[in-house]
Amino acid sequence: MARSDVQLMLDVKSGDDSSFELLLRKYRTPVVNFLYRMVRDAAAAEDLAQEVFLRVYRARGQYLPRAKFTTWMFRIATNLAFNALRDGRYRQMEVSIDQSGVDRSGDGESKQPALEIADRQPSIELELIRRDRAELIRRAVESLPEKQRAAVLLHKYQEMDYDEIARVLGCSESALKSLLFRAYETLRVELAPLVGAAQVQAQLTRPGK
Amino acid sequence: MNCGHTEKKLVAYLDGRLTMAERRQFEAHLALCAVCRGRAQGFRSVWDALDELPPLAPSPAFDSRVKARLAQEQRRAGFWSWIMPSPRMAFAATALLIASIWLSSFQPAQLPVTHAPVGSPAQNTEAEFGMIKDLPVLENYDVLTSFDALSELPAQESAQPQSLNRL
Ligand SMILES: [Zn+2]
Repeated sequence: MARSDVQLMLDVKSGDDSSFELLLRKYRTPVVNFLYRMVRDAAAAEDLAQEVFLRVYRARGQYLPRAKFTTWMFRIATNLAFNALRDGRYRQMEVSIDQSGVDRSGDGESKQPALEIADRQPSIELELIRRDRAELIRRAVESLPEKQRAAVLLHKYQEMDYDEIARVLGCSESALKSLLFRAYETLRVELAPLVGAAQVQAQLTRPGK
Repeated sequence: MNCGHTEKKLVAYLDGRLTMAERRQFEAHLALCAVCRGRAQGFRSVWDALDELPPLAPSPAFDSRVKARLAQEQRRAGFWSWIMPSPRMAFAATALLIASIWLSSFQPAQLPVTHAPVGSPAQNTEAEFGMIKDLPVLENYDVLTSFDALSELPAQESAQPQSLNRL
């Protein structure tokens, strides 16, 4: 029977390096992808992901199985990503899309002039010809403020529960639900050209108004 | 129930995480409100669209780089443990020295007390190695402590995997 992540980590703690290799093999792809979407640069993501595993290994002596292993690991990854973004090391990678009407709590993420606002509306088809769907989605995700972005990545791609994501981000579950709502709402508006015009009509009316 | 509740409930509704009562209430609102209904449909479409984002494969050298960095770190740690003791051991040694001086100022009759601390450094070799080995952990200390603090929060009943397309 396969050992749980917590058991693997406890084995690492007691000196079994092969258990660390199993964790590395299991989580390198999710961690690299999470960091890639956070810092928007493949080489940087790879470098930071290695740092995540180094920290997991270094902290093995202090490891206490109070929470899920993934919660702990992604908390390390998220902190590294936030710090890297704050340092400005990967600032040049940022691409800003018009976020009018949407609360942006990210720090200075909209410093760069918004690209292609003027010609975004006239022709949805042209837009889709110029950039393929994946590119549009990538830009929409990567333009979310960092905390919202982390929340969506953990919710959508890691399928984490609300309490786990809240722990990773250091916020309440209620705050997390608001973060997720705002993030998906921004994506809904940004990706309206992809997901059909039927939803566009709702974009002018926001709940509570 | 009005549109203002949508912000707190919509994602949980699509994840299938509302209680039965909350869900009925929310659906009653959706039945009456085209705006929230459109938004719910939009969220579902976004959820599906996010699957189109191509994943990035880690480089083939990823594992070997991690291991190389770890090995390098351990070599460095080994070197430093040879050159100088850990800060905690340095502190302990200083304290011991001060205690010895203080105790040696007493009458010879009280001297046997000093033998206990003097005997400890040799026994501590293993503990010392452990401390040095784990030194880099100190930089994560705030992360770990705040993390532990967070884990004291009451756990939520949330065992099932969630999915926005469930509904
Ligand atoms: Zn409504």
